[in-house]
Amino acid sequence: MKNTPSVEQHLEIYRRMLLVRHLEESLGALHKEGRTRGPIHRCDGQEAVGVAATAVLETGDKVATTHRGHAVYIGKGMAVHPVVAEIFGRATGACGGRAGHMLVADAEKGVIGGNAIVGAGIPAATGMALSMQILGTGNVAMCVFGDGAAQTGICHEAMNMAGLWKLPVVFVLEHNQFGLTVPSEVQSPVEDLSIRAAGYAMPAEIVDGNDAVAVYRAVSTMVERARRGEGPGMVECKTYRVEGFSTSDMGGYQKPEDIAAWKARDPLIVSRKALLGEVGEAQLAGIEAAAKAEVDEAFEAALSDPMPEFSLDEACNPYSEAH
Amino acid sequence: MAMMRYAEALNAALREEMQADPSVFLFGEDIGRYGGVFKVTKGLMEEFGETRVRDTPISEQALTAMAVTAAMTGTRPVLEIMYADFVPLTLDALVNQASIYNYIWNGQVKMPFVLRTQGGGGAGAGAQHSKALDSMLAHIPGIKVVAPSTPADAKGMLKAAIRDDQPVVFLEHKLLYNTRGEVPDGDETVPLGKAATMREGSDISIFATSKMVVEALKAADLLAADGVSAEIVDLRSLRPLDVNAIVASISKTHHAVVVNEGWRFCGYAAELSATIMDHAFDELDAPVARATLPDMPIPYSEPLETAMLPSAEKIRTAALKTLK
Repeated sequence: MKNTPSVEQHLEIYRRMLLVRHLEESLGALHKEGRTRGPIHRCDGQEAVGVAATAVLETGDKVATTHRGHAVYIGKGMAVHPVVAEIFGRATGACGGRAGHMLVADAEKGVIGGNAIVGAGIPAATGMALSMQILGTGNVAMCVFGDGAAQTGICHEAMNMAGLWKLPVVFVLEHNQFGLTVPSEVQSPVEDLSIRAAGYAMPAEIVDGNDAVAVYRAVSTMVERARRGEGPGMVECKTYRVEGFSTSDMGGYQKPEDIAAWKARDPLIVSRKALLGEVGEAQLAGIEAAAKAEVDEAFEAALSDPMPEFSLDEACNPYSEAH
Repeated sequence: MAMMRYAEALNAALREEMQADPSVFLFGEDIGRYGGVFKVTKGLMEEFGETRVRDTPISEQALTAMAVTAAMTGTRPVLEIMYADFVPLTLDALVNQASIYNYIWNGQVKMPFVLRTQGGGGAGAGAQHSKALDSMLAHIPGIKVVAPSTPADAKGMLKAAIRDDQPVVFLEHKLLYNTRGEVPDGDETVPLGKAATMREGSDISIFATSKMVVEALKAADLLAADGVSAEIVDLRSLRPLDVNAIVASISKTHHAVVVNEGWRFCGYAAELSATIMDHAFDELDAPVARATLPDMPIPYSEPLETAMLPSAEKIRTAALKTLK
């Protein structure tokens, strides 16, 4: 099929999904020990969306994501250590410990960036696309956003302008069935939110969000047309949030049978099965062991890294005389 | 020097900066084909084309958020928000986006965008088109807020704002657009954050911005007839604030009136008053007086609106009271 990732590309997507999974599970374990700070929003079971969608992008392309953005950070090329160090507020973190896990950015990698105001990533990506169009860079902006964000007013405003001006932006809807603790059917009169794309004159495709290959194919098609100057597109990726809204979520509102059904179709299981037909068990086992070791090393290093020192007069501090 | 209207001076600044830097672009409601509700962008779409001068849908919230990220990725957007009363629609982009990233992302991004808007009363525009929301904007760290009163400053400060790598909110006033003044020729910028003494005096210092500078200058004439020598300081920039200029003037006059067209409670005049307490308390011979809008919505009917707005007469009254 058109735009199917090569085996090498799929292996790299699988490897990055593994990194994210180990990252999330390690955070969960440390949270239980009381060693994390503030809420953490895990994306276990949704890795295929953030990783496979951003695997399509080039370094000069930009992505804006949500408060649940770990898969996008790693998918767009950030190393594990600066992400983990940021989550633990270390001086060595991607943003020197100032951002925390929801707001990570790496401008050189094109991660601009996490956003914890639900819906705000949508105009963020649209604005970057506007800049790209004016400068004629040939790059593409992407927004990974959730079904909760799709209900905001700013989503309509931004998508209307994206369609109107044929901006090079791709909207990747990570439909995980919940906005906060409230199920999607209690938030929207329509099940398939991407039918709204028609109102912005943009094409849309619905895919299995737990199938990295399907996500990659659909996003590739939209990125290609955006890069050709044909305007925005949307991909609605159906997935499920198997963990709570955040580490502070007490749970109790998700059906155990739904969680079990989605866990049986975990993106790691789906990709492993597909890859096993292409490469040997030994190669996959090797990738899996290496990913776990990489994450373990990143945690070990980050947890012993220095904490940042507060200062009022650094050049980038808006309170300083330098501004 | 050339005699120009305030709106023409702004237009000249936009044209010159767009000619000099292809990354500067303009967007906003009615700014292209129509040339702007106050004609500030007249002729610019014809000169620079529809890619760099965009008429937009009525979408202040997303437009402002888009200006933030466009600015982080290589362009210098100048966004026009038609009325300052619409600024509350832009606040997430300013408070939760623009103001944080330079610091939170540890200096990874620059954010060179300008949000131009105009506020203020006196034109019969009613409660949703007449406000000065200066303090709401100046409250946000990481964002500069400026409000020039003369055509020369309007041009020089807008050029400086467009070249600034930090977000700048540029406050204009609907009743200043037709005022005239000498504007220097050529590529002259006026630094942001520097006050200007508009009239020297020895008895009392009056601090104001935007149209309130015009009122303060009229008040100085009235006070002269009262035998009071008033010094008028145009702060020009609300944030960063030229504290040195404030202290220097009060050290001379030992009395102060602070003027702002916004609401009184938690208003910009209150911040000025506190700043004077922090930096010049020992120089004061009397409490600082405030001339502001009362804490009410702005009514439509002319006598009602006129009765509310701070004016030369009210500034004079405040000055005489604190001098007693």
